[in-house]
Amino acid sequence: MKILKLIFKNTLRHKLRTFLTILGIAIAVIAFGLMRTVVSAWYAGVDASAANRLITRQAVSFIFTLPYSYRDKIANVKGVKNVTYANWFSGVYIDKNQFFPRLAVDAETMFDVYPEFLLSKEELETFKKERNSCVIGADIAKQYKLKLDDIMTIEGDIYPGTWEFIVRGIYKPKFKSTDATQMLFHWKYLDETMKKVSPGRAGNIGWFMIQIKDPNRSAEISKEIDALFENSTAETKTETERAFQQGFLASTSAIITAMNFISFVIIGIIMLVLGNTMIMAARERTREYAVMKTLGFSAKHLIGLIMGESLLISVIGGGIGLFLIFPIVAGFAEVIPKGFFPIFRIVPITVILSASSAILIGVASAVFPIQRAIKTKIIDGFRFVG
Amino acid sequence: MSEIIKVENVTKSYIRDNFEIPVLNNLTLNVDEGEFIALMGPSGSGKTTLLNLIAGIDKPSKGKIFVNDTEVSNLSESALAKWRANNIGFVFQFYNLIPVLTAFENVELPLLLTHLSKSERKKHVDIALNVVGLGDRIDHYPKQLSGGQEQRVAIARAIVTDPLLLIADEPTGDLDKISAEEILVLLDRLNSEFKKTVLMVTHDPRAAEKAHLIRNLDKGELV
Repeated sequence: MKILKLIFKNTLRHKLRTFLTILGIAIAVIAFGLMRTVVSAWYAGVDASAANRLITRQAVSFIFTLPYSYRDKIANVKGVKNVTYANWFSGVYIDKNQFFPRLAVDAETMFDVYPEFLLSKEELETFKKERNSCVIGADIAKQYKLKLDDIMTIEGDIYPGTWEFIVRGIYKPKFKSTDATQMLFHWKYLDETMKKVSPGRAGNIGWFMIQIKDPNRSAEISKEIDALFENSTAETKTETERAFQQGFLASTSAIITAMNFISFVIIGIIMLVLGNTMIMAARERTREYAVMKTLGFSAKHLIGLIMGESLLISVIGGGIGLFLIFPIVAGFAEVIPKGFFPIFRIVPITVILSASSAILIGVASAVFPIQRAIKTKIIDGFRFVG
Repeated sequence: MSEIIKVENVTKSYIRDNFEIPVLNNLTLNVDEGEFIALMGPSGSGKTTLLNLIAGIDKPSKGKIFVNDTEVSNLSESALAKWRANNIGFVFQFYNLIPVLTAFENVELPLLLTHLSKSERKKHVDIALNVVGLGDRIDHYPKQLSGGQEQRVAIARAIVTDPLLLIADEPTGDLDKISAEEILVLLDRLNSEFKKTVLMVTHDPRAAEKAHLIRNLDKGELV
């Protein structure tokens, strides 16, 4: 308590300077938190991956399709529990700038393999029965104010034409990390249409999603599946869902690295700002520190005073930043297109990193002023003219 | 009367830009307990340096300094800090009060290093401020006080730990005539009434007159 009062009074000595420094730290923590949230949103798909799911795709590239006939062969592999599949449909719904995943899926098995998509039994049954029905994620329903029985009209691009779907189900996410921005409709509806308008494109699917019984056997099962189609016209590549998601991100790794780098540059800059404030403060108080040393205050007292002041400023700034980052991220989540960042929220590691950064800023900024205050001899301190 | 300060063959020089500047030259000085001694001399004669050495805020290049039988010149920095807190009261020319602390808090500052409770500290601070006649200004900040009052707060801060020795470096140097007289009367009272040994550096012959003994320094030697 004895020294705390002096720390507090010193902090308020130059109110405007302290206020601006605290504001700077708060803004830096917000910027850091926002950057980290974008990075974690980028990795949300990876984080949401299930250990017991494999993805089988065309070995050459994800953009090439696989024959539907592979399904039964994959299902017969030992250790495979369930097989489902999907096709990337794309298309435009209302606004071409508003993106969300639109997938043609196997209505019969999709929700067995993805139990984290919570759909009521009644809605699932209705969906299964109607070929032109679709199920949408709760976030999409909210964004477009869609409800059951509404009609969604999509302009196709990969699959040209005007496509109409009736919303028969709205799934809810089981976990915070579950993507609730997808639109799912019958692959059979797509395939039947393709048979009529473009027969060469019928009977193809984009990728298989395979639920396995034992996640520890994923490598073995993957090899076995790929071996089935070796030397065929459409060889496969099977990997865990996590590896599949990471493969997606590989092409953007430079951007993520840059964002990570920038987020830490922000911390570095604000460290210099607070460091400068503390150096100025310590310099102005050179004579006072000499007086205190003369009165018997030791190096540890001066360390406590300077470190305490630096930490007080950084913790207040960091606290304000952390307090504000939640509504700011929530605001961003409302504004940005759902499809780009289906899971845009602050994860605990971001809070921990932001708080740690604020404390690190406080500690690091005090090092040089402390060193100076301790090293300055009393008689030099009295002679000092600031 | 026993000797409280023994300065034995002390030499002090500083190095500035690779040049050695001699300040004190083989100086010997003894001060008795309860003495009020004034050190006089022209600028650069080494008065403040001698004061700093006795007070343990600087160390001699050669020689020994004893204060109350403790060899001050041989103590480590941390031991010196403790020793100063327990034995020395400082009065500076420019008061050197902490501007963000009230008169009470400034006087309380040296007591923060002790194990006294809050109420005990308050008692000590009240006594010290009443001795210097500022019992009614405890909540005033330094900028709300006159120069003379600031110096009296500084004296209260110097005596609040009941030190053996009061070290005053030009205590009236920044004060008007009336305030200076008040400060000198106060120092004299601390010496005579409270039996404090006072060692004062001054340029002012009228200030020096208050002392029992005047020692003159010139070019680092007592004359």
